[in-house]
Amino acid sequence: MSDGRERLLSGIRDSLGRGALDADTRAALERRLRFPRANVVPARGQHGSRDALLAGFITEAERVNTSVQRLPGWDGVATAVADFLRAHNLPQRVRVAGDALFKNVTWSAAGGLEIEAGPAEAADTASVTGAYAGIAETGTLMLLSGPGSPTLLNFLPPNHIVVLPEACVVGTYEDAWHRLRAEVGTGIAMPRVINWITGPSRTADIEQTLLLGAHGPRRLHVLLVDGASPAH
Amino acid sequence: MQSTARRFTTNVREALHDDKLQVALARFPDGFPVKRRLAAERLPEFDALRDDAKAIKDHVLEHLDYYLERFEAKVTERGGRVHWCTDADEARQRLVALCREAGATIVTKAKSMIGEEIGVNECLEEAGFTPVETDLGEYIIQLRREPPSHIIAPAVHLSKDQVAAAFRAAHTDLPDDRPLSEPQEMLDEARAVLRRAFLASSVGITGANMLVAETGSIVLVTNEGNADLTQTIPPVQIVIASIEKIVPTLEDAATILRVLARSATGQDLSVYTTFTTGPRRPGDLDGPEQFHVILLDNGRTRMLGSEFREMLRCIRCGACINHCPVYGAIGGHAYGWVYSGPMGAVLIPNLIGEDEAKDLPNASTLCGRCEEVCPMRIPLPRMLRQLRDRQFEAGQTPAMFRFGLRWWARLARWPALYRLATGSGVRVLGRLGRRKGRFRTMPFAGGWTGARDLPAPQGRTFQQWWTAEKGLRQ
Ligand code: SF4
Repeated sequence: MSDGRERLLSGIRDSLGRGALDADTRAALERRLRFPRANVVPARGQHGSRDALLAGFITEAERVNTSVQRLPGWDGVATAVADFLRAHNLPQRVRVAGDALFKNVTWSAAGGLEIEAGPAEAADTASVTGAYAGIAETGTLMLLSGPGSPTLLNFLPPNHIVVLPEACVVGTYEDAWHRLRAEVGTGIAMPRVINWITGPSRTADIEQTLLLGAHGPRRLHVLLVDGASPAH
Repeated sequence: MQSTARRFTTNVREALHDDKLQVALARFPDGFPVKRRLAAERLPEFDALRDDAKAIKDHVLEHLDYYLERFEAKVTERGGRVHWCTDADEARQRLVALCREAGATIVTKAKSMIGEEIGVNECLEEAGFTPVETDLGEYIIQLRREPPSHIIAPAVHLSKDQVAAAFRAAHTDLPDDRPLSEPQEMLDEARAVLRRAFLASSVGITGANMLVAETGSIVLVTNEGNADLTQTIPPVQIVIASIEKIVPTLEDAATILRVLARSATGQDLSVYTTFTTGPRRPGDLDGPEQFHVILLDNGRTRMLGSEFREMLRCIRCGACINHCPVYGAIGGHAYGWVYSGPMGAVLIPNLIGEDEAKDLPNASTLCGRCEEVCPMRIPLPRMLRQLRDRQFEAGQTPAMFRFGLRWWARLARWPALYRLATGSGVRVLGRLGRRKGRFRTMPFAGGWTGARDLPAPQGRTFQQWWTAEKGLRQ
């Protein structure tokens, strides 16, 4: 195995017409990785005010078939979940992540809503998760894996409800990376999975007909909660 | 995968007479190209992003050894393993060994073009495993035992009736009289069948759209979410990636993502973009126990040292294919191997040998639309011309063509004589074809008139027109 590695690397150097890189070049490349620079950043995600930022996020999210509902505070979350399930004729049962975010939510506020904890199972019809960030540029949700946020919750159930504190909405991909670097780090602490989710699952593989809900959820519903600081 | 690029002309004839294929191809112009244009128009910085994306990849290729080592170090640090393979054989052996170690029976797979290059499905079947493609389009063509006809829409050549027939033949445990006429019914059926496969699989194989050197992450982009199920449910994940997929940082990945989906499907971003780093962490409730990355060369190093290096910037978006008039007429299978369209016409001769695919570089009108839309600004027409030049120099172009070209070159060295010859040629042809305005047959030009009429020249030669025009302007 290790000689496959050497063969490949020396083949590359031959093709590039040089030997191994000198120390100075390596140091420069190392710096480029250590202190990542942004490339061109579209103006579209860069909003002047918080209000414009949130409006931008909602517009872009709705363009890709994500539904967004604004809530004045945490109190409304349980009822909003129950209402969503009712509106779509779904059983009053959700799989909920053990995300610290949900310590703010009183599930019993929605009478009759059944809460199941733990990782997703094949028979689940709906899940509720938090999100690490919302990215206004393309209406994208950014979710991190971890003990309180197993990845399959985002994919197995056909209905996915995401609770997103307004304070977590950022403008651009670069803003999202910046926040991740500052708060979580991109070293060994970086979670195994970072999901960027932009709308419900879809396919156009049969006669280019667009259909929602290919493997992942058919519906993606965001509860955008005001006045809330993220619990992260 | 076995190539049929040698019988290109036969493939083309068959494609032109395949009515179902022609119906499917007719849907093309209103689809991807229009959506790409709208997406590009919605983003004023699109062209600037293309410049950045190109610069990132050029920088990576120039320092590829460094970035690969750095990527490996990060993967290892996060508990994953990197396997270096130079050719398809090595990669297949490694893949089979890893599946054996995992005690696999069912192996789920997310679409991977490098996987198609090395024939992963055939090799796993031979070794006794059951590979299951999970991208809907790939699943359909796997059932039909066909190669993909488009890199991002593998089943684009099929009608829904053909899909329904494939499902009825394969899903024999379902009732015969079930309704299966609408795409939605087919999707629901595939979703249910594939869910069972996911839950029963012990290895998940994915490709990678990018490898991030900074973090040791792999980046996967899908609209369906199948790659995410593939890399989360089975206890072992194997990633196969060709070596040029590296980008330095997460910021660089973001830049390339901004041009990828817009160029491919006209979406601003695909539905699922996933950055995965190593196996399951302590405390995680799901995710694989093992994380392997097979880094595969398969001809890239050779291209790196050749005049085709720039082709290694390709991010497999398919824009050049979607805008190619030749692809639009013959579809993907005619090209005879994994890739198609302009990128295929450059890649196939490079990867399987120029002798195996002589016709492909000539299957282009050199109209230049591919280069115009390529997000990575790859000079595809120039590369096609280079491949043609090489054929000419190696004496592989047809004798009549070489003969004609030689005489034309001789004539062109004597401008006065050239003007006289072309001038009288145009006059004679113009007079002969005056009545109909076109010729149905023409000696030495059967290749042209066999499929269409040759318009009769009207008026002057280009040079005469040019001289007059210049006079007017001055
Ligand atoms: S050559 Fe350019 S346009 Fe064609 S698939 Fe590659 S990146 Fe896309």
